[in-house]
Amino acid sequence: MEQTQNNNILLSVENLRVYFPIYGGVFIKKVAEVKAVDGVSFSIKEGETLGLVGESGCGKSTIGKSIVRLVEPTQGNIVFTKKDGHKVNLVSLNRKEMRPFRADIQMIFQDPYSSLNPRFTIGRIIEEPLEIHCPNMTKQERQNRVKMLLNKVGLNEEQAVRYPHEFSGGQRQRVGIARALSTHPRLVIADEPVSALDVSIQAQVINLLQDLQKEFGLTILFVAHNLAVVEHISSRIVVMYLGNVVEIGQSQDIYHHPKHPYSRALLSAVPLPDPALKDQKKKMILKGEIPSPLAKPSGCAFRTRCPIAKPECAQNIPNLDDIGNGHLVACPYWKELNL
Amino acid sequence: MENNTKKLLEIHSLRTYFCVEDQIAKAVDGVDFDIYEGETLGLVGESGSGKSVTGLSILRLIPNPPGFIKEGNILFHGKNLLDLSYTEMRKIRGKEISMIFQEPMTSLNPVFSIGYQLMEVFRFHQNMEKEEAFERSVEMLELVGIPDPRRRMNDYPHQYSGGMRQRVMIAMALSCKPSLLIADEPTTALDVTIQAQVLDLMVNIKKEKVNAAILLITHDLGVVAETCQRVVVMYGGKIQEIAPVHELFHDPRHPYTMGLLKSLPRPDRIKQDRLPTIPGMVPEIFHFPKGCKFCNRCDRKMEKCETIEPELLEISPGRKVRCHLFEGQKHGTDAK
Repeated sequence: MEQTQNNNILLSVENLRVYFPIYGGVFIKKVAEVKAVDGVSFSIKEGETLGLVGESGCGKSTIGKSIVRLVEPTQGNIVFTKKDGHKVNLVSLNRKEMRPFRADIQMIFQDPYSSLNPRFTIGRIIEEPLEIHCPNMTKQERQNRVKMLLNKVGLNEEQAVRYPHEFSGGQRQRVGIARALSTHPRLVIADEPVSALDVSIQAQVINLLQDLQKEFGLTILFVAHNLAVVEHISSRIVVMYLGNVVEIGQSQDIYHHPKHPYSRALLSAVPLPDPALKDQKKKMILKGEIPSPLAKPSGCAFRTRCPIAKPECAQNIPNLDDIGNGHLVACPYWKELNL
Repeated sequence: MENNTKKLLEIHSLRTYFCVEDQIAKAVDGVDFDIYEGETLGLVGESGSGKSVTGLSILRLIPNPPGFIKEGNILFHGKNLLDLSYTEMRKIRGKEISMIFQEPMTSLNPVFSIGYQLMEVFRFHQNMEKEEAFERSVEMLELVGIPDPRRRMNDYPHQYSGGMRQRVMIAMALSCKPSLLIADEPTTALDVTIQAQVLDLMVNIKKEKVNAAILLITHDLGVVAETCQRVVVMYGGKIQEIAPVHELFHDPRHPYTMGLLKSLPRPDRIKQDRLPTIPGMVPEIFHFPKGCKFCNRCDRKMEKCETIEPELLEISPGRKVRCHLFEGQKHGTDAK
């Protein structure tokens, strides 16, 4: 577990569990639980970009959503550091107490088509968070800020009166970014912000996010499945598998020297846009599929697909061990995997 | 690459248009390329480039109305597919040319069991009896790596995961050993580790049938680099560049291809602070420029680009580029 006393830690997630109950039978009793997030701890330092990667169903989006309380955590703490240095456990707050923190923690969603209200003009979409969180602002001030934000994300002021359907996917994602920035957030949770966009537009949005991060001093939790994009934008990466963290480290270390067998398989599976590397690269193709989070394997969740699984893996849930330089690996046998 | 191999499919000046609100959307506007026996040809482009419509046109699966094939020839084994009757075309679909679609969730029929849908291919194209078709279907499922295939035959599509459904689609597409497999974004909906499995499987069909060719339609340049021998780059309904895969990635010629390749994050190279980008965005289909389709986003635009559409020129054997920059370099005129 990482140290939480550190002063510049903005948010720390401690032993977070999110279980979704499944009801069935005649009496609509709880028959099972989907363990979407199963004991996850990590922290985000002020000003950094933390990448959260994993395949579908690993719980990465659920973590993002539980930080802004769009889903209720079952267990665990999410500790946010206020501007004055006080730490607040967001999980213990009720709806009303949570409200001021929603201005500090904003979210950018994956699908720019469904995350904007089609009946609002984009000016109103960006203005709405200000009406809620900054009641002292006059209408003129709000509108000036909307104009400023539109310029910042590369749109025109005149476009404020248009509706979302008049914009392309990349432009809508810019609107989503402007909306997230309207309340001066300190932490932005970007949930797959570029995966719905075309290749030539992806680079534009990534650059925009980086520019805005520098300008506004944002801290970003970047949730994505595209490892090349995550490596580019993040300073540290958290790799998840089936609700658990399997590896945390500096993005260079994770990308070039992954330790956990799952991270290694994940990286070797990413196709690189260079045909010359095709023959050099050793591919590690995993057997089988990700098990359903309803029937999670005992012990290490990855053992059913792991090339170096041992009988002991079924019994013990591996700890995240520090192997130096802040690099944490949840596999005691990682040294045995040679490719 | 291998110019001496036989052409399997030839597409000549294919134009596929759609009627949209009294306007004609030229989704594919004059596309010419060949597919050789045994090769994997990548067809890349962003959304709206016409790559999927090209794939659907080959099998004549364009919904009509609103779409129609305005003109062109698609020669397969010397026969023009566009002249065939509906029944003749049905005999080719799934047997000689088969297709894998992007969405494994929607391309299987939810009310029939997986086994029934697989057996249909054998019973229709090879007139097999039920028992034989069943056994062959089990073999196909085993081939694509579905565990416990005999029991899973009776399952319905919703009981399969996304990756498994896509593998069923591949099993179905391969069951008649087609000579051409058209794969339209076969792995886009899948996770990377499953994508690696599915691509591996697709490329391995060449072991089953030696001269089979694959047309891989995708927007993922990484997938193209790993699986294809030749690449066709499309933009705005037209081919912009054709090249063998190594040449395309190491020496792209068209400004659009160059821009695309540069804009990809490359963690295997020295870290860049900012990604180079292509400015602007893909215009809507009615708003493409009159001349070169890419000229309003191009960093090497000349005056004539706006009014005159460049031709697709062969600049060296097997390499074609549609760009005014290469007009003086037509292959064959000065070399020989």
